Amino acid sequence: MALLSCEDITLGYGSTKVVEHLSFQVNEGDYLCIVGENGSGKSTLMKTCLGLLQPISGNIVFGDGLKPTEIGYLPQQTVIQRDFPASCKEIVLSGCLNQCGLRPFYSKEEKRKAVRNIKKMGISHLSKRCYSELSGGQQQRVLLARALCATKKILLLDEPVAGLDPKVTAEMYTLIQQLNKSGITIMMITHDIAAAIHNATHILHIGGQQIFWGTNVQYQQHTLAPRLCSHHQEVQS
Amino acid sequence: MTDMFNTLTMYFQYPFVRRALIVGVLIALCASLLGVTLVLKRFSLIGDGLSHVAFGIMCVAAIMHMTNDMLLILPVTIICAILLLSGGSKVKIKGDAAIAMLSVSALAIGYLLMNVFSTSANVSGDVCTTLFGSTSILTLTNGQVWLSIFLSIFVIVIYIVFYNKIFAVTFDEIFSKATGLQVKKYNLLIAVVIAVIIVLAMKLVGSLLISALIIFPALSAMRLYKNYQAVIICSAILSVICTALGIVAAVVAGTPVGSTIVAVDLVAFLLSYVIGGFGHA
Repeated sequence: MALLSCEDITLGYGSTKVVEHLSFQVNEGDYLCIVGENGSGKSTLMKTCLGLLQPISGNIVFGDGLKPTEIGYLPQQTVIQRDFPASCKEIVLSGCLNQCGLRPFYSKEEKRKAVRNIKKMGISHLSKRCYSELSGGQQQRVLLARALCATKKILLLDEPVAGLDPKVTAEMYTLIQQLNKSGITIMMITHDIAAAIHNATHILHIGGQQIFWGTNVQYQQHTLAPRLCSHHQEVQS
Repeated sequence: MTDMFNTLTMYFQYPFVRRALIVGVLIALCASLLGVTLVLKRFSLIGDGLSHVAFGIMCVAAIMHMTNDMLLILPVTIICAILLLSGGSKVKIKGDAAIAMLSVSALAIGYLLMNVFSTSANVSGDVCTTLFGSTSILTLTNGQVWLSIFLSIFVIVIYIVFYNKIFAVTFDEIFSKATGLQVKKYNLLIAVVIAVIIVLAMKLVGSLLISALIIFPALSAMRLYKNYQAVIICSAILSVICTALGIVAAVVAGTPVGSTIVAVDLVAFLLSYVIGGFGHA
């Protein structure tokens, strides 16, 4: 059974449809990249998978014992966070809240988990530092550690490399690749089609509707891919 | 020095001074706890807006000759707080504009009603008292003291129990929502608690100066510390010290209580601004 499967879903806000007739599955261990232009419905899809929005029609089914609240999510950064006085450890710990239920404080096991994930992200030396004083790449690692605290199985990443320099971007991709190898399913929104082709096992291309869904190899054989790649390079140059 | 000490002991023998201190310190503590959340959520002005609403309702209560105006002020302020804080993205008029609109209209209508319907001989005096708190903190009855103590403990307990959740909701609403936290309910809770604090604090500093009680300790603490727990604790301690100093100074020097407290808060803020600056250099 797939970890997450979408069956002919139509998404949008209120009665405004953003993207129609999406059908795809995410299996355990997959690395799915969602690509498409701005306004094509990528973020809407992610919000719907997270339960922040209801699909207009169709179903999203969670399998393999995955609960909708056990998804690790790396959102785009907000204005509020820029000068927020909180240490990295406090932020990472807040990822454990979905296991707390009505219990007001964190258990020892949850604190250990936070420390473990901080270590995994290679930011142990920063754990007492203030979040707002860190560099963009370091902040992303903190938020990634928090997402890992919230899940054992699947991470949803919303443009994890937005605003990062090429070196840090490459490090970020390596980190995500490592997480995927360690058994965590990845679902990532990206504008970086070259990186998507380099890293992903599956690709979902949307633009108002489903343009392509399949494995990475199929995508590269698909007539669309070369065109998109060259278009992408044009944009970059 | 001994002279001053003697004067202080003398003043402390008066029950009204002790009552004012107890209530003042408790209210300041509550205000500073929630203040950090409000400042970080970019809702610093909500204290101002809500206190003006509370002023308007207080005027209505005064005209109706209600003996216990709290019964009217508290629920209406809570409703306004909920509308402002949890209306969120759906309302047409947003954030600061909504607060500004609500605040001036409540202020204007309150004053208007007072002028038209009041039977009191000294309308401007009454209004000034509610706006700047002046002496109302020193004329507290035992019942009001108990009510303040009870409500303050309620606020503090709620804050401690939901500390981690309030942190998460403040830092990242979307992530919290995605991981199954009932963000709406917590925003509602924050709104209710803030309304309670504001209604309480009106007695202490008057409705014009409440914002100071809410934002000054938070801003000072954020200047000094860079992790959330330390900021909360520092803000609470600073607020308690400043308020106690302010009340004592006001009683000794015979100045208005509210503005003295705010002045002390301002000095504390300036001090921490300078100290924080050295820390970063």
